[in-house]
Amino acid sequence: MRKAVATIFFIAFLLAFFISVSPWFMRPFGEPADTRMDDYIIKNAQNETGANNAVTSVVFDYRGFDTLGEATVLFTAVAGVVLVLRRYVHE
Amino acid sequence: MNRPSKIVRTIASITFPFIVVFGLYVVMHGHLTPGGGFQGGAVVASGFALLVVAFGTREVVRKIKEKHLSILESLGALAFISLAFAGITVTFFYNSLAGSGGLFGEIPKYGSNPGNMNTGGFLPLMNLSVGLKVIAGLSAVVLALALISLKGGEKK
Amino acid sequence: MIFNAPYFAVISLIAIGIYTLIFRRNLIKMVMGVSIIESGVNLFLITLGYREGGLAPIYTNLPEETEIPKGLVLPVPQALTLTSIVIGVAVTALMLAIVVQIYKHHGSLDVSKIRRLRG
Repeated sequence: MRKAVATIFFIAFLLAFFISVSPWFMRPFGEPADTRMDDYIIKNAQNETGANNAVTSVVFDYRGFDTLGEATVLFTAVAGVVLVLRRYVHE
Repeated sequence: MNRPSKIVRTIASITFPFIVVFGLYVVMHGHLTPGGGFQGGAVVASGFALLVVAFGTREVVRKIKEKHLSILESLGALAFISLAFAGITVTFFYNSLAGSGGLFGEIPKYGSNPGNMNTGGFLPLMNLSVGLKVIAGLSAVVLALALISLKGGEKK
Repeated sequence: MIFNAPYFAVISLIAIGIYTLIFRRNLIKMVMGVSIIESGVNLFLITLGYREGGLAPIYTNLPEETEIPKGLVLPVPQALTLTSIVIGVAVTALMLAIVVQIYKHHGSLDVSKIRRLRG
């Protein structure tokens, strides 16, 4: 009984989610809305950074602060894994 | 079923240096081709997982202890932070090596060109430090998850 | 309408992930459901940054007749997806370690049998 009610609610929620954010109302695939920032980055990444790869220069130079936060998240997760399993790691 | 057979151990010993060299190639050429620190670090960590599977946990733990990996990861994080502070007179993440004539200092030709490795400013150095950090971190996670079946035997 | 196909794939992935999280009782299958949702979100981020008929934004050995700002794909969504993938790996590793600890303490992996906090 409870499982049937849960299934009906789930299907109703899924239909509402599907129709409200449906791909019929979104922009056509392949036409970005505003590309002024990315055009500036593509044109001037070689002169200012000196690298051929525009994605690496965005990750480490134009948006280096996000990479610092990501390195912190990775460090915290590895420390958390070794902390939870410390009984099996140390002799 | 005590240890894996001789064929498995031989093939894993032959394949492991090629995996490490390819991973370091992906890390080092991060400013010319697709790749960088995170991708190359994941490749080398999967090579370490191959060693753990092919040789058994008991043999690998005898050679590589967990505190060596912890020291390597802390060195990588400290190198990343000190490279970010190197150009602090202008701003926080300033690329002070691009354009000057020293190490990694040239500017490539505008437009399409075959890549020159001497370019990039401090991008290759940051790629190396992040790659070292990811190698040590993911190898420590693989080792910790493999040590459960070796040491833990009782259950409630 | 058929050319909006990546958005259909994103919605299918998120729906499968949410179904797995609600209707399965094994803890390992719930971890897999979270990982499937993360894959769907990464695909959505990459899909937003595509330009029609564009090449990768890398200048090494680019073909000579591409015009420079308008023939290349946007690079900023790719950088954000890189960060998201690494964070997904970290969260999955931590979840698996906690699942192992729950199994050693309670003796079973069924969510309906792990109800009370024990000392």
